Amino acid sequence: MFRRFLAILIKELTQLRRDKSTFAMVLAIPVMQVFLFTYAINNDPKHLPTAVLIRDNSIVVRDLTAAMTNSEYFDLTTRISTDAEGDELLQKGEVYFVLTIPENFTRDLLSGRKPALLLQADASDPSATANSIGAMSEVILRSIRRDLTGSVRSMVNTEMPIDLRIQRCYNPEAMIRYNIVPGLIAVLLTLMGIMMTALSLTRENERGTMETMLSMPVRPLEIMAGKIVPNLIVGLIQAAFILIMAIFFFKVPFLGSWWVFVLSIILFITGNLAIGYTISSLAKNQLQALQMTILVFMPSLLLSGFIYPFVGMPGWAQAIGNCIPVTYFMRIVRGIMLKGNGLAECWPHIWPMGIIILILSIIAVKVYKKTLD
Amino acid sequence: MTPTYAIEVSNLSKRFGNNTVVDNVNLRVPQGKIYGFLGPNGSGKTTTIRLLCGLLTPDGGTGTCLGYDIRKESNKIKQQVGYMTQRFSYWEDLTVRENLMFVANVFGLAQPCDSVEAMLRRFGLLSRSEQLAGTLSGGWKQRLSLAACILHSPKLLLLDEPTAGVDPQARRDFWDEIHQLARDGLTVLVSTHYMDEAERCHAIIYLYYGHIIAEGSVSEVIANSGLQTWSATGADVIGVMNELKSSPAVATVAPFGNVVHVSGVDGQALEQVIESYRERRGIQWSRTSPSLEDVFIYYMHNNGGRD
Ligand SMILES: Nc1ncnc2c1ncn2[C@@H]1O[C@H](COP(=O)(O)OP(=O)(O)OP(=O)(O)O)[C@@H](O)[C@H]1O
Ligand SMILES: [Mg+2]
Repeated sequence: MFRRFLAILIKELTQLRRDKSTFAMVLAIPVMQVFLFTYAINNDPKHLPTAVLIRDNSIVVRDLTAAMTNSEYFDLTTRISTDAEGDELLQKGEVYFVLTIPENFTRDLLSGRKPALLLQADASDPSATANSIGAMSEVILRSIRRDLTGSVRSMVNTEMPIDLRIQRCYNPEAMIRYNIVPGLIAVLLTLMGIMMTALSLTRENERGTMETMLSMPVRPLEIMAGKIVPNLIVGLIQAAFILIMAIFFFKVPFLGSWWVFVLSIILFITGNLAIGYTISSLAKNQLQALQMTILVFMPSLLLSGFIYPFVGMPGWAQAIGNCIPVTYFMRIVRGIMLKGNGLAECWPHIWPMGIIILILSIIAVKVYKKTLD
Repeated sequence: MTPTYAIEVSNLSKRFGNNTVVDNVNLRVPQGKIYGFLGPNGSGKTTTIRLLCGLLTPDGGTGTCLGYDIRKESNKIKQQVGYMTQRFSYWEDLTVRENLMFVANVFGLAQPCDSVEAMLRRFGLLSRSEQLAGTLSGGWKQRLSLAACILHSPKLLLLDEPTAGVDPQARRDFWDEIHQLARDGLTVLVSTHYMDEAERCHAIIYLYYGHIIAEGSVSEVIANSGLQTWSATGADVIGVMNELKSSPAVATVAPFGNVVHVSGVDGQALEQVIESYRERRGIQWSRTSPSLEDVFIYYMHNNGGRD
């Protein structure tokens, strides 16, 4: 039993190794997707709309805001008078930053008490705001140095005269760009997992090698396991690949539990392979398998909350979305990466996904044809 | 002693939609014999072979293969049967050795590496063992297929046109191999379109669109057909041939180089027709026994000899 599984596994891995174009696709598609999705949307990280809440009007403050504008990173578009206004603007995405200058800012500064300066940033787009945040200290320092003289001036030369607090705020369902990378992991694993399994079996049917395979004493479960494990490995490599790009190039955080992440990914990939397996039993050739893959992929792309926020979809669309594993996986990955979730928070999404995947696997085994009929 | 049958099926049927491809076939192949499986294209040979090794589910009929029920015990049958498909169907993107290793492991051979090595040597595949199977020439692919399907020392070989496109030397080697294996007790059912190969079998089965219409040794099949044959040689035999074709008493006319075989079932009527050509155009006529091909062509043209 185990030997037959191993024989199929070795065969699959050898074939995969020889299949250069698939191999290239496995790595090229994630790179392409990640760069396209992230860069195409992320055009100009300068001139980001900023609201200011000024509670202390002085020359120092005016110079400071002017310096921010001059730096070209910030466009001071709105002046607000309450904290609530700032929150609302951030939530709506009308501004990227809200700068709050507290009362007595100038007085505290001059007496060397390091007043707090609050910069709230829209965290849903770290690649856009990162540069601006980075430039902020420098902007402040230069502007204040110019204004100050005497003993205070010498203090400024040695240390930061103010306490710059940066607060990242985001509204989980509305953050668009931040969500893209974790979402891409889910979408790419769906596409590649389904397609590669569906193709690998229909290819055997098309080339007639299935007939040889079926004429030998191999059990369906052994064929299935032998085909699924290589695809699982490929899926994990892809996921790792996207993650590395996400974390190192796009500074997407990874706040939550690693092992819950890995477990969910294995479960999720298995589910996709079950779908691919079912397709390959139904499709007569590779073209049909591809068409069916796309048919299954469309709802995964559109109804899972990847492109449109799930809560905003009509009831029927949510109902469909609730039946596909990727919807749950999308929430798990985003939750783990962006919100720092662990098992307890992920569990409400893991168990329904597990049940759906179990059903899909049963279907896959049932429709699998043990004969050529 | 009654012979034990490696294959024993009765009333085997298979339909594809409304098309009955195998129709109430009864088949018995004794152990250790080589049976040739003949019949025109599309007569259901491949389908029958697939039914025997459990690749297709029969719509009707029962039977056993190596003593195992073809419906319920196909897994046990598969363990002891070597099936060579009509079209090359090993993995083209694996090397010759990898293909054989795969087969060896799937069948759970005790010494897979040694068995594969021995098989490579036996079939002259050693020098090509690291070549991708897809890059082999047609004849070498056939050899690889045969090597792969006898690797696990099966008790029954089902070969579907194993020598199509193979050169004469390789064909002869192949048949020597088969006879060698049969002497050791292996049973072989081999489909073929070559008459000389049919004559190398212990017995032949002629399948005509789902029905077995002739069975037995070559001489039995020829005798049972009731066909009478004359051969004609001479200058313008080909011209005569076309005239003869339209005569109702003549069943088949077939040229073999300079000789033309004229056959019919009704001996007297056939003689009368030939009588009228006797003195014409300097053609020599002589009685001959029909060849297997005459019989088969007669069957093909006469709806299996049933009209
Ligand atoms: N999977 C299938 N679905 C539908 N019809 C089929 C299928 N397989 C075979 N047939 C039909 O069954 C008939 C017999 O086919 P089969 O392949 O058994 O013939 P064969 O005797 O092996 O012919 P050949 O000498 O050309 O190999 C053909 O008419 C073919 O079209
Ligand atoms: Mg055939």
